[in-house]
Amino acid sequence: MPKAGIGTTVIRKEAWDKVTGNAKYTADENPAGVLTARMVTSTFAHAKIKKIDYSQALLQKGVKAVITGEDYPVLSGGLVADRPPLANGKVRYYGEPVALVVADSEFDAANAVTFVKVEYEPLPVINSLSQALASGAPLVHEHQETYKHISKDLYPQPGTNICDIKKIRKGDVNQAFSNCDSIVEAHYSLPQSDHIAMETRAARARISPDGTVFVKSASQAPFGIKKELSSVFNLEQGKVVVEVPFVGGGFGGKAATQLELLAYMASKAVCGREVGIRNSREQDITSSPCKLGLDATLKLGATKDGMIKAAQMTYLVDAGAYADMGPRLSKAMAVDCTGPYNIENVSCDAVCVYTNHPYATSFRGFGHASYTFCVERTLDKLAKKLQMDPLELRKKNGLAPGNLTPTQVPLTASSLGSLGPCIEKLKPLINWEEGERIELGNHKIRAKGISCFWKTSDSSPDAVSGIILTFNNDGSLNVNCGCVECGPSMKTTVAQLLSEKLKMDISRVHVNMDVNTKCSPTHWKTVASMTTFMQGRAAMRAAEDVCRQLVSLAAVVLRCPPEDLEVGGERVYVRHEPSNFIHFKDLVHGYQYQNGNAVEGQIIGRGSFIMGDLNLLDKETGKGKAGPWWTVGAQGVEVEYDTEEYTYRLIKAATVIDAGKVLNPKMCEALVKGGMCMGLGLGTRENFSYSGKGEVLDTSLRTYKVMHFGETPQYLVDFVETPLENSPYGARGLAEHGIIGIPAALANALSVASGVELDELPLVPETIWRIKTGGRA
Amino acid sequence: MFRIKEKSILHLNVNGEDREVVARPSDILLDTLRNQLALTGAKPGCENGDCGACTVIVDGWPIKSCLMLTAEAVGKKITTVEGLKNAPVQKAFIEKFAFQCGYCTSGFLMACHALAQKHPNPPDYVIDEWLQSNICRCTSYEEIGEAIRVVLSQKQ
Amino acid sequence: MIPFDFEYDRPGTVGEALTVFRQLDAEQKNPMFFGGGTEIISMARMGNVKTGAVVDLKAIPECRVFEYDKDRLLIGSALTLSDLVEAKRFPLLDHTAGRVADHTMQCKITFGGNLASTIIYRETVLPLLLADAVVTVATQGGLRDYKITQIFRERLQLPRGEFIVRASIEKRWLSAPYIHVKKTKNEKVDYPLLTVACLKADDKIRMAFSGLLPYPFRDLQWENLMNDKSLSFPERAEQISALAAPHLLNNLDGSAEFRKFVLNNTLIKVLQTLKGV
Repeated sequence: MPKAGIGTTVIRKEAWDKVTGNAKYTADENPAGVLTARMVTSTFAHAKIKKIDYSQALLQKGVKAVITGEDYPVLSGGLVADRPPLANGKVRYYGEPVALVVADSEFDAANAVTFVKVEYEPLPVINSLSQALASGAPLVHEHQETYKHISKDLYPQPGTNICDIKKIRKGDVNQAFSNCDSIVEAHYSLPQSDHIAMETRAARARISPDGTVFVKSASQAPFGIKKELSSVFNLEQGKVVVEVPFVGGGFGGKAATQLELLAYMASKAVCGREVGIRNSREQDITSSPCKLGLDATLKLGATKDGMIKAAQMTYLVDAGAYADMGPRLSKAMAVDCTGPYNIENVSCDAVCVYTNHPYATSFRGFGHASYTFCVERTLDKLAKKLQMDPLELRKKNGLAPGNLTPTQVPLTASSLGSLGPCIEKLKPLINWEEGERIELGNHKIRAKGISCFWKTSDSSPDAVSGIILTFNNDGSLNVNCGCVECGPSMKTTVAQLLSEKLKMDISRVHVNMDVNTKCSPTHWKTVASMTTFMQGRAAMRAAEDVCRQLVSLAAVVLRCPPEDLEVGGERVYVRHEPSNFIHFKDLVHGYQYQNGNAVEGQIIGRGSFIMGDLNLLDKETGKGKAGPWWTVGAQGVEVEYDTEEYTYRLIKAATVIDAGKVLNPKMCEALVKGGMCMGLGLGTRENFSYSGKGEVLDTSLRTYKVMHFGETPQYLVDFVETPLENSPYGARGLAEHGIIGIPAALANALSVASGVELDELPLVPETIWRIKTGGRA
Repeated sequence: MFRIKEKSILHLNVNGEDREVVARPSDILLDTLRNQLALTGAKPGCENGDCGACTVIVDGWPIKSCLMLTAEAVGKKITTVEGLKNAPVQKAFIEKFAFQCGYCTSGFLMACHALAQKHPNPPDYVIDEWLQSNICRCTSYEEIGEAIRVVLSQKQ
Repeated sequence: MIPFDFEYDRPGTVGEALTVFRQLDAEQKNPMFFGGGTEIISMARMGNVKTGAVVDLKAIPECRVFEYDKDRLLIGSALTLSDLVEAKRFPLLDHTAGRVADHTMQCKITFGGNLASTIIYRETVLPLLLADAVVTVATQGGLRDYKITQIFRERLQLPRGEFIVRASIEKRWLSAPYIHVKKTKNEKVDYPLLTVACLKADDKIRMAFSGLLPYPFRDLQWENLMNDKSLSFPERAEQISALAAPHLLNNLDGSAEFRKFVLNNTLIKVLQTLKGV
């Protein structure tokens, strides 16, 4: 039998490239003659640009051009066109690109940027959500009404800092609350933070004499770049070619288009010569988009036996200076606002707000890690008030087939998955029965916290994917797919699915690692844990397409009816007489008879997929179908807390997730663990701090801390498999999900350990100390 | 006295070979390796010594090549990830799923390789100390821990 | 990438180093002595340091000594922190050096470079302050020995053009009971909320700090309180914390109030661990 397929651990295809330094990323190739662009960035969070004097910069050695926002008065943005690629007239966040220097080398460009003098007139800074929403607040965008909407379901409030509101109205909350025995209400505040992909964003562009624009970029969305470049600069789509090699981590941060626009503008300024731009780490943190901040108020009401009857919630999203994905993120929060619980009466406002902070884009979990923190913390408070086991409360209220989601989508076992079994499996994994809080003596307490999550994708209904299959003379398969390899092993997953479907050895399935938008079929974006599903669906169709062609040709050659034929092991064979077969290699480039005649051409398979049956949400009630299906799971964190020092050690982090079908066991485990690790980062140390003037203070990895080796707990991962009927082999997406409930589980554990409610992040010892003692030493 | 006043031809010993590069006295080793020798395994993850993605081995010790001048490296033996030839740590990283996007991998491999050479039988805290010098944003680090322990156990 | 040019000089002798520095100064190149170089390189990239020449001290044999001379241990300024840690000759210094930055950085940062750092922590000076180190400085008039306190007040105070060749410590300190505690915001590798180094001798605790104030220091008044047998451990800790409170650093790593809390706790633990006096 052929090796591999699904359900067994497969080593990723590019493994050896990645352990030898052979894997090439965007900034790894530096052909001679490529110019370098460097950004001049804003030193104010909100200010009028009075003057940009770059006359001295132009005189510096090697400088070819300096461009400013005035040279390109265009607006960009995936949902609403509100962002000039270079600030024009005013700056709206600290670190915003205001000018671009193009020079012979990085050295020359870096030198020349110091000679660009920008004169600012400071404006009042919106440094928090409450400042943004105060009446009479200064406006980040004065003329929202003039902005072009790319997305149809945006409801901005011109004259305010509100960029979008999404409402969920289901049932009758007021009535329901009045019937509740127990009501809890709480407020939460979560900071903006950053993706910190290890590869900083980078892009290169050139324009050929016929006007074709070639872009190379570290991106999760090559086809998105093509679309946005052509729309912002009015270019013919066929004349924009985007290439993406290996990507050094994305986590959502590389789905936004930014440096690509700048690279194009820079190239245009030097008559189409190739120009490269790469963020320093400091720029990647401050100038490029980040993770949203959130202020939330939640109210949950339950009967005394612990049935949650009503939920009222307000999510205020700090989207920063520009919308980017902000409105989609607040929508995602609204769509799944209750967490994976059946609550019949829901009222939720998810408000996307402009501030003078760096602008937010998609980040692993797409808003779910943020609102889940609020829901799961509130659930623990409710359990406490009801004197109920927090795990039982969750089990009791968990969504089940037949229930309606907040946007009133009826759930099925297939579309939802099974939360109950995830909770059941989590229990022994974290030894829940021994108790939430155990005094160890010597000022130490061991405590556990849990959380549950669900997540659907808020993809566009018209999101498409595609696969093209060709063969080599020896019968091996070539796969051409448009997903990007940014870490989660997507390319190998596609190969694995095809190897299973065609029953062929995975080593004989060759996948393109790079993406080129001119050659590869469009794949929406490599985001939202949707790639296995979307590319998988396309792959299944493509495989069926080649099988049909192989069988039809083989039927002629083997002189038997096509329905008697099977495909496997790179052969087409007669089912009841397997010794009668023909090799792929004798079919895939046409079949040649003894006398030399040849028939049929090469076999080319195609498969495509469109998201399809999603729709826009109703403006007033939110009713509608935003995503195709959910992934659910249960998580736990165990800590050892020191009551004297307010410090703690991470002991365990656990996730049980409904994978639908585990395709590549060790890889799935690694993805979930990686997500948990990032979730612990959010929980324990990651955040942006701002000065009073809205300057980001943690601009390097010296001060912006992420998890490091040796600080991590023991990770435990287990799976439940409830097939997703319309997905290849039942598999659900799971690449992001490890992160979602971890900050909440951590805060629940530390709240239990410390005896105070910890409703903010990150939970550094000083924060716990401040909340516990009031901050007086 | 060794003196470089301006952009000059320098001789570096990289991966066992003597190589000629043209460098400014203020050039950092990371840029010289990447731009002149096309050894792009070492990555510019932060250029501030915080992330370890640019780690190479210099005279046996792990060094962040973003914080070493090219001039300083003259006369020393430099090993980059491209110089690892089937080192046990490479295979261990693959088998233990110790990387995903691969961007931090070269740096981690060099830190691990140097550790295995210098301390074939280190206590856990030494492993922690050495590998805390690098950042991986994809894995949970547990996989990297398993990989280095496999390599060390083979040395016993 | 450093966006400006400078000249690189690597003298082989103390004399060459002094001469070349003087020449470069005369040429108005604003030269800087260069140890591990990590701080100069990272600050130069950000435009926070500008120089026309660096004089790398790592090839000078006198700066690389690490040996016993009669009753003293000589520690060359060009040794890396990792050299100190690996050699395990002065445990307090090993521990202190082993908690500066991360391990790979310790393979590059030099002992002398850390002492001369412009970043406020300079933690390797703490053991020197406690062990009455003698520091040998290269001056235009030849090598000169100073008590550490003569040339290190808050920061290294050397006339321009002079540099540390080595430090020496009396052997009796090498085996004295010691304690080193570094407290950070949340992460092992980070700047300190506080670092305290202690040596115990003649039934007295000596202690020096980094991270509390914008410079490392040893305070005799604090030490007297720490050794005051008429006070309980918590009383000693509280009185020292109260003295410190008005001056404590308040930065991203932690507020002054929290530093006070951590200081108080840490002092009590130090007293308990060293069994008081």
